[in-house]
Amino acid sequence: MKQVEFFGAGFPYNPIKELPGKLIAVEGTDGVGRSTQIQLLRRWLEDEGFGVSDTGLRRSPMTQPGLDAAKLGHTLSRLTMSLFYATDFADRLENHILPALKAGFFVLSDRYLFSIIARDIVRGANYEWARSVYGFALKPDIVLYLKTDIAHLVPRMVNGRGFDYWESGMDFHFADNLYDSFCKYQGLLIDEFDKMADEYGFITIDANRPIQEVFEDLKRSIRPLMVEV
Amino acid sequence: MLQKNSYQGKLIVVEGIDGSGKSTQIDLLYKWLESQGKAVYFSEWNSSKLVKSTTRLAKKEKMFTPTTFSLLQATDFAERWENFILPTLKAGVIVLADRFAFTAFGRDVARGVDPLWVRNLYSFAPQPDIVLYFRVPLDVAVDRITSSRANIKYYEAGMDLGLSDNKITSFRLFQQRIIDEYDKMVDEFGFTVIDGTLSVQKQQKLVRQIVRKNMQGWQGLQNPRFPVRRRPAKTAIKPPQARSTKEGGKP
Repeated sequence: MKQVEFFGAGFPYNPIKELPGKLIAVEGTDGVGRSTQIQLLRRWLEDEGFGVSDTGLRRSPMTQPGLDAAKLGHTLSRLTMSLFYATDFADRLENHILPALKAGFFVLSDRYLFSIIARDIVRGANYEWARSVYGFALKPDIVLYLKTDIAHLVPRMVNGRGFDYWESGMDFHFADNLYDSFCKYQGLLIDEFDKMADEYGFITIDANRPIQEVFEDLKRSIRPLMVEV
Repeated sequence: MLQKNSYQGKLIVVEGIDGSGKSTQIDLLYKWLESQGKAVYFSEWNSSKLVKSTTRLAKKEKMFTPTTFSLLQATDFAERWENFILPTLKAGVIVLADRFAFTAFGRDVARGVDPLWVRNLYSFAPQPDIVLYFRVPLDVAVDRITSSRANIKYYEAGMDLGLSDNKITSFRLFQQRIIDEYDKMVDEFGFTVIDGTLSVQKQQKLVRQIVRKNMQGWQGLQNPRFPVRRRPAKTAIKPPQARSTKEGGKP
């Protein structure tokens, strides 16, 4: 079995010997179709007879009420936001992801720490600092990066949920209106993802294609992991 | 490890285990500095309004792990840092902090997190101008706590570590670990050690000496509400008052 690897010190007070499950992170910017693909993947893996659990940002029962309230009030400054999200992440990792992996589940993570770091960097955080915060984080078995560009993203947003305050980076006013700020902010995020794709060995998947085609690519990437379980 | 305080203001921190008497001392220091006409801002550990409801929920439901405990307190600190401490320091105020990053370095490491990791977490904070470490023997602190307070709380006693089923025993074991961590930090972060078994008045005399010495030749922001008696008001051109001195209130 593969060794349990962390980005840094992990959880020194709670050493983990082995994790029979598989951690699959799906990364990519807002509106790229991550949640749709995760739904399809879950169904497919379950059809194949695997136990599946999923998680995503801000789903920790500990931090969710407080974090949602803070976002609603638009009162989060940069460091505070970074660390609040890191708390949410750590809580889900220790209390949800790790137990599921111990039990041999496939865990589908809708975004992992890469999205959070990308958002921090775009807002001016120190890259080394942002990374060191996640020294406790488990390395995923695979990171699937759904890559898109602004030209493809805009029609999806317009015809979907519209332009959101946070998804447009309006807390940092990248421009004086939602649309321009959205384009600027998401463009910067995509640049960060592209950089991280090389550094962390993401599997990059062209998300500017029909759902089914993207899904087939995702399945192809995940299949090698299914043999080992 | 922490970067030098490059801001106009002064950052003065008190550290020590529960029952070391540090809050009494910082309260007296605050009043003394204020009576000197200085602009002073006070900030207490774990007091961010934004994070409060989350901390309360996690404590009530006993949801914390050592890592999430550490991260949430860092979030709390970051919120106070970005919105209150940093701006007041820049304005030239004396910031008094009842506990600082060193509390995290002590408690969180006592809980088992990686020492280097937690130090990185707080690396955005500067090295204070003065860190007053109130050192007391464990027995003295335990006596003070148990005689003055009805109930030691679950996380305060380190009950989450499973060191003992007995709260007092657990508290003792946990606080001793924190003392060990503090002692390691004396050199690492240049703590000024104050003997916390001395009388309150003697300690305060020492504290004022140390602070006075550090502030020699330094001109901070004055508080227009407290005119300095030695200097007639007509000669003083007063800089704008730092708004946030009021926000934190007195200790």
